[in-house]
Amino acid sequence: MTTELQPGITIYETPTDTEVVITRVFDAPRGLAFDAWTNPQHLPHWMTGPEGWTMPVCKIDLRVGGRWRFGWRKTGGEELVMEGTYRAVDRPERVVYSERWGPAWPETLNTLVFTERGDHTVITLTIAYPSKQARDAALGSGMKDGSDQSYARLDALLRTLRR
Amino acid sequence: MKELGAPFPMSGPAVSKHLRVLERAGLVRRGQEAQWRPRSLDATPLKQVMEWTAPFRRFWEPSFARLDRYLTHLKAEDRANDD
Repeated sequence: MTTELQPGITIYETPTDTEVVITRVFDAPRGLAFDAWTNPQHLPHWMTGPEGWTMPVCKIDLRVGGRWRFGWRKTGGEELVMEGTYRAVDRPERVVYSERWGPAWPETLNTLVFTERGDHTVITLTIAYPSKQARDAALGSGMKDGSDQSYARLDALLRTLRR
Repeated sequence: MKELGAPFPMSGPAVSKHLRVLERAGLVRRGQEAQWRPRSLDATPLKQVMEWTAPFRRFWEPSFARLDRYLTHLKAEDRANDD
């Protein structure tokens, strides 16, 4: 299927039962786009999700085996932490890393690819769940009857996100 | 099929091809009658994709809008440093 890529438009796809793919083109050279996504000085300026959230924690050890940890906080106190390990780092083209919300959640393997297109950069983020069941649990019915604290935490975030 | 293709500036075979893709994706169902095969739209798979991707969209849309602006700012900074 052909998809029309242009700045300002994000494409969300579920090409297989275990993957979610997010694609967007940015009006910036690749090196700059890569830095904006991987330098802890830059990320808290933009990767803060919906209005009202900040990113007070952003730790990045960008090398194979290095760990990362992001923490978000909402005005009023809600908090959310995500962490993982870098599996591949090929500057400025590709970063592969694991991502975890908490022990109750399936760990995903995320691949971030930066592709040059003229003076623009296409960014593709592929989020791979270990199984269809894991994806359904994370994105489907599992959210409705979670009992674990992480469940509740993600649930709270998703509720905020859906508002 | 003629009826379905009428509003589009494309050939009959092209319309068939698009319909086959939509059928494979589970979005179009094919009926069976004596002389014709009426198609019907089944948007359930689309709804599912929308539901699965909703949390991602809620997080990434505002983040990406911010990143667009932030990259513009970084580019300007780079240019200033080059001068």
